[in-house]
Amino acid sequence: MKNTNKDMKKQINLTIDGIEVGVDEGTTILEAARKLNIHIPTLCYHEDLCVAGNCRVCVVEQEKVKSLPAACAMPVSEGMVIHTNSMKVRLARKHIVELLLSEHHADCTKCYKNGICELQGLASQMLTGDHLFLDLVPDHKYTIDMFNTAIIKDDSRCIRCQRCVRTCEELQAVSALGVAYRGNHMKISTFFEHPLFEVVCTNCGQCVNRCPTGALIERNYIDQVWDAIYDTNKHVVVQTAPAVRIALGEALGMPPGKIVTGRMVAALKRLGFDSVLDTDFTADLTIIEEGNELLSRLKKALLDKDPKVSLPMATSCSPGWIKFIEHTFPEFLGNLSTCKSPQQMFGALVKTYYCQKRKLDAKNVVSVSIMPCTAKKFEANRPEMRSSGYKDVDYVLTTRELGIMIKQAGLDFESLPEEHFDSIMGASTGAAVIFGTTGGVMEAAIRTVYEVVTGREIPFEGLNITPVRGTEGEVREASLKLEKVKPEWSFLEGVELKCVVANGLAHAKKVMQDVKDGKANYHFIEIMACPGGCLGGGGQPIPTNKDIRTKRKQAIYEEDMGMSIRKSHENPEVQLIYKEFLGQPLGHKSHELLHTHYTPRKRY
Amino acid sequence: MSETKLKRVDLIFGEYSNVKYKVLTDTIKRSNDEILDDLLESGLRGRGGAGFPTAMKWRLTSQSPSAEKYVICNADEGEPGTFKDREILTRVPRKVLSGMAICGKVIGAQRGYIYLRGEYKFLLPDLMKEIETYNEHAKSIGLDFPIEVRLGSGAYICGEESALFESMEGNRGEPRNKPPYPTTSGYMGKPTVINNVETFVNVMMIMRLGPVQFKLLGTTDSRGSKVFSVSGDTPIPGIYELELGMPLDRFVDEFGDGDTKAVQVGGASGFCVPRKKFKDTVIGFEGVPTGGSMMLFNSSRSMYNVLHNYLEFFEEESCGQCTPCRVGCQQLRKGIEAVKKGDKKSLYLDQLLKLSESMKLTAKCGLGQSVANSFSSIVYNFKEEMIY
Repeated sequence: MKNTNKDMKKQINLTIDGIEVGVDEGTTILEAARKLNIHIPTLCYHEDLCVAGNCRVCVVEQEKVKSLPAACAMPVSEGMVIHTNSMKVRLARKHIVELLLSEHHADCTKCYKNGICELQGLASQMLTGDHLFLDLVPDHKYTIDMFNTAIIKDDSRCIRCQRCVRTCEELQAVSALGVAYRGNHMKISTFFEHPLFEVVCTNCGQCVNRCPTGALIERNYIDQVWDAIYDTNKHVVVQTAPAVRIALGEALGMPPGKIVTGRMVAALKRLGFDSVLDTDFTADLTIIEEGNELLSRLKKALLDKDPKVSLPMATSCSPGWIKFIEHTFPEFLGNLSTCKSPQQMFGALVKTYYCQKRKLDAKNVVSVSIMPCTAKKFEANRPEMRSSGYKDVDYVLTTRELGIMIKQAGLDFESLPEEHFDSIMGASTGAAVIFGTTGGVMEAAIRTVYEVVTGREIPFEGLNITPVRGTEGEVREASLKLEKVKPEWSFLEGVELKCVVANGLAHAKKVMQDVKDGKANYHFIEIMACPGGCLGGGGQPIPTNKDIRTKRKQAIYEEDMGMSIRKSHENPEVQLIYKEFLGQPLGHKSHELLHTHYTPRKRY
Repeated sequence: MSETKLKRVDLIFGEYSNVKYKVLTDTIKRSNDEILDDLLESGLRGRGGAGFPTAMKWRLTSQSPSAEKYVICNADEGEPGTFKDREILTRVPRKVLSGMAICGKVIGAQRGYIYLRGEYKFLLPDLMKEIETYNEHAKSIGLDFPIEVRLGSGAYICGEESALFESMEGNRGEPRNKPPYPTTSGYMGKPTVINNVETFVNVMMIMRLGPVQFKLLGTTDSRGSKVFSVSGDTPIPGIYELELGMPLDRFVDEFGDGDTKAVQVGGASGFCVPRKKFKDTVIGFEGVPTGGSMMLFNSSRSMYNVLHNYLEFFEEESCGQCTPCRVGCQQLRKGIEAVKKGDKKSLYLDQLLKLSESMKLTAKCGLGQSVANSFSSIVYNFKEEMIY
């Protein structure tokens, strides 16, 4: 049905720069021009967001119309004649970019976004060297919000395109950022203009991914990490998250969707890290702990008929999601798995198990993580994340920051040899790799839980449990019937395990609202705060759009398929750590090091 | 003073009929096409300033397929120098409500709203009383079209129709992208007719007098009469209903103090006409249109100060979303200050004129587009005053 409707869309014929083109009704001038490979500059426009039409950079000339319409917001109409590069258009565009520059604190060489700033790009394209207008920055008394551990907001660089506002509202349903005041005082602000750390912001960093200038950036810890590396008394351990290895290449000039695991390891070793390890190891560990936690909750609910047990159980790997639920659904904190995220499990184990095995004093060990995420920076700074007796993870760097370090070190990334992770805590499985995409934790958990309960491998071709593989922009529900289970799990015989997978906080909100309203009857919920999961995380290379994220996703599944071990419980180092150190899943040591608790927070 | 006085008209504020809502009761017995034909014939154009043909607006909305439609009376009278809607709502609210109800019937709307400027809150008690009377009467004649009041909160931009819808929907008052236009997607995304207070009164009077008599007033392009808010350097400030299409020199003869150097027609977003052009300027859609504001300035006034005041107003009242308006207004204000102080050469005014032209071409809504009107007309005509 859908297809036929689409086919029936009315065709509209128009002329752009002398070229005739036919497009579907409802297409914008911008989209039609792109079809003809005519590049109309844009700024407030972003593929992931609704059209705002407020920067006016994309204005074009339409014959027989007095004003210049914004190409992003103007739908095509029959017989329209458009000029994208007329004298009128060029002057108007130049004026607009000059106006934006006049209210923008353009000390580009001091800016973190120097070289990748979209406004800077436009300025160089338009040759705005003559500074037509007066500098307005001194008229505004700007302050920088740098009180947050994850995100820094500098209003003096803001050009009010509202991409961040739309991101926060449309994709994340958080609305921590909004528009305040009007006219010359109009600015992007928070509830009562509180600093970001005092409002509902989840630190997800999606706004950072979409900010065209340096107004919203991650708080970077590059210099601190260099200092640690150069400090000969310190043993610096680095862990890398699954979604970094399929996106890092983009930060270094490679096309999206390249798997660069080996080169990334080589680069990290050359940067001077003493041990290059893999967050995948604790992703596998998470599956063992979380899988057992789910089974024990199911047992309490189904066998012991304990009314106090919290089901559905929700994943707890995504720190943006954790802060979101703490603010928005604090009554459901008991439903969160108590498992720490893989990053924090790793941090706690580095300063205990790893130190013990390598005979190191934890006080001399610096633990660094490379994450696709800005919220991880906040997570590492949570007061409860010190179960090793030290700060479990000292510094969190985003994929982007690692890219900068590699450039700083003068490494030619593409030509680096492929190297392997160090051991111990460097072994990984395909199940851990897919933590980086929506549906991945669910799939990894099912691969293990099904086998634990039935003694058989999950009956999906190539272990690819496609029904739970989430898609961006939708909530995916799936169910799995447990049959012929092992005798010790007999209470699960015939039980239909109901799962739901959601990515992006707007969808997470929908799922939780359904649970709250009693409309949904799930056992297990996987939530990732960012569109597409960690691969679309707030710390990933800029730009981002659906096309890029799809390529990253394909790379993740490719990486999974290429692994010799695909199930978490078969990770040899995971088996070893239970034997040597942890004892058993959900045991005493696990509780001490691998599990955590949550903090109810207010919405305002 | 001139011997032939301007023709005073008494359509808007004229006597009510003795029978309450008689025109409305009679009109709703007529067919929609008849009513629209009469409106078209009358040549009525919107009285808010932009002058869109009312019959066309109504017809487009009536043709939009939707079960839900709205009629909104724009009473967010915020243009500096305009105060006629306040008077109309105070003295002849019944005519306004009748016009709205006729519109509701023609387009098939279920509900009407008066979006009342926040500063006009004091009008509420009397207005509510009249609305109550109206709602009862509408029910009694079988017209299912109740009217309510929504109060603004003081933002000039909310007089822009799409920002007004946003405000009514509880959102930040920011203009929308157009298209879609209100005729297809207005309040709550439904087809909506939004007209100025005075337009609705005109509709009611056309229904009462018939288009032929209405057309006796005004010119081909500007039919009927208009309520003017006269202020500034005049011995007789106030509200006057005058025939459209009058030459400005006759207006100045009658309302000026003998020393009028300029008239700002249409408020801060309108045009400034200098003395030398009075004779050739017609007040109407064929000449200089106005939403009603006529501000007279005599030679004691500094046009630099006048312009500076307008620019400060726009700088604050811009919603701030689009670049040309938000930053452009600041640049224009700061720019004339710099020229006045000598920080910038007088040639910089040309740069600013080009900028104002770009604002006119690229701003998202009428506010940003119309800043250039007063800016360029004042700077062109009073350049020396800007520099020295």
